Amino acid sequence: MIAVSGATITRIVPYFVRPMPVANIDLTIMTATAAPIPPIASRPDFAAIAAWVQPGARVLDLGCGDGSLLRYLRDARNVRGYGVEIDDANVLQCLNNGVNVIQSDLESGLSGFESGSFDYVILSQTLQAMKHTEGIVREMLRVSKEGIVSFPNFGYWKNRLQVVFGHMPVSETLPYQWFDTPNIHLCTLGDFEAFCHQHGVHILERRVMNGDHPVSLAPNLLGMLAFYRFERQQ
Amino acid sequence: MQDPTSVGIVTPQSVRFDAPLHLKSGAVLDSYELVYETYGELNAAKSNAILVCHALSGNHHVAGAYADQPKSLGWWDNMIGPGKPIDTHKFFVIGVNNLGGCHGSTGPASINAKTGKPYGADFPVVTVEDWVETQVRLADHLGIDCFAAIMGGSLGGMQAMRWTLDFPTRVKHALVIAAAAKLTAQNIAFNDVARQAIITDQDFHGGDYYSHGVVPRRGLRLARMLGHITYLSDDSMAAKFGRELRNGTYGFGFDVEFEIESYLRYQGDKFADQFDANSYLLMTKALDYFDPAHEHNGDLSAAFHAATADFLVVSFTSDWRFSPERSRTIIKALLDNELNVSYAEITSSHGHDSFLMEDRHYHQLVRAYMDNVVT
Repeated sequence: MIAVSGATITRIVPYFVRPMPVANIDLTIMTATAAPIPPIASRPDFAAIAAWVQPGARVLDLGCGDGSLLRYLRDARNVRGYGVEIDDANVLQCLNNGVNVIQSDLESGLSGFESGSFDYVILSQTLQAMKHTEGIVREMLRVSKEGIVSFPNFGYWKNRLQVVFGHMPVSETLPYQWFDTPNIHLCTLGDFEAFCHQHGVHILERRVMNGDHPVSLAPNLLGMLAFYRFERQQ
Repeated sequence: MQDPTSVGIVTPQSVRFDAPLHLKSGAVLDSYELVYETYGELNAAKSNAILVCHALSGNHHVAGAYADQPKSLGWWDNMIGPGKPIDTHKFFVIGVNNLGGCHGSTGPASINAKTGKPYGADFPVVTVEDWVETQVRLADHLGIDCFAAIMGGSLGGMQAMRWTLDFPTRVKHALVIAAAAKLTAQNIAFNDVARQAIITDQDFHGGDYYSHGVVPRRGLRLARMLGHITYLSDDSMAAKFGRELRNGTYGFGFDVEFEIESYLRYQGDKFADQFDANSYLLMTKALDYFDPAHEHNGDLSAAFHAATADFLVVSFTSDWRFSPERSRTIIKALLDNELNVSYAEITSSHGHDSFLMEDRHYHQLVRAYMDNVVT
């Protein structure tokens, strides 16, 4: 049973969904921090993350791309923060966007950041492209009280269908071909939750989206993008 | 036809300061002159000024050219001008020759009013802190309370950092390029070999060579050749010179044979013609002494506690004299103090000299950063 927004729903598990280990998930405080967030037309995922971020927080955005999430969080949430990005063109875009960016390779860790120096570390749609998944999650929780990750749900039914028909999935959230994809560690909601359980990561909130819409029913099947807010297991 | 992105013909100015300057060494300079150049217009609020600090062998001639010398382009002309990354349509840019230099500001070759002779060995050792103090006086003279930005590469970046520590209310942004928070033992070692080359030249005369009518040319030339090697990368040297021979065949002697030998000797000769050996000694010493963490038990984060400026820190992958690792140390200290900072590590094959080169990405980064600097 997972409690979402105070309501209790029973997880419906279709016969072809792999059972998820329930990893001590408490979702009752979901959207507790939510205040009106300025809409950003093309990026409902930004709003989903911003809803979890306290105003004025110190934020580290790993794999921050062109810095537009950080800029959004700064404008919507008045956060102070830094992005970490390896790609030259993205670093330039971050400067154009007027956000702080540190050019660095996440795979080599976050040694330049002091332990506990952030309120949130965000890994937005980057987890699946990381070589050292365990290492980066550990580092996130070293430098920050809380981590926020989002990733494309490999368990989304359209992905499964393509695999059933004998092809690697190509979709809105997984727009690459098998041979040119940067995504090397794709997972489902269930996989990620099991990972957290095994690695001493306490999930605080989960949000699953399909385009602009939150998904509460059969999220591992119907959700395209998954968001988790988590902390170190006490 | 004049290049529309050039600041055009420039004329240096100079200003004399008669208030005694108490140097970090304990020495006092009763008066001194600074020579400087400016490009662009200072706005009414005097809020668009940028100070460009020079490195070891640089000077105040940062951009443009002198009227009678079309080839006398400033050393950072590719960075500064109308429409360039440091856009003189927007900013008022100041280049200054540091105290102890040899391009017009008071230095060892200047006449000491007390003796009527060149200072020579009597010129006191100056530090980055001392330079910043003199630059503050120049800012006062120009009526600039607060710089929109202070920038520099290498030793120039050290001055920009020092400004943010000693005069945090007088600088909004610091651009620290190919710099380090302190020299490594290896860096100091290179500097000392350079100094030894000069000091052991028999024409050095303990620094008072002016009165002997000679200059320690061989020493200065060697010092520059050594320095030059460390400013380039192995790869760039290999690409530019490889093992090319001037005459296509071995000569089995000690004359110039390899192109790299020819190049270095040329660079050494050129430098020895235009630089003062005593100034070279002073500049290398200022580099060696720079270590803001020293006063804070080696804690650089504690040193940067005083800073409030926003920072852009840039390093270059092939720079082994001031490697990216050195810049990351600075970044760590800035992050520890929750200062606004961006850091770019630019892929370049030109070694330490990369900061002077025209590189599209590098210049785009500086332009993007400066676009967000409010004046």
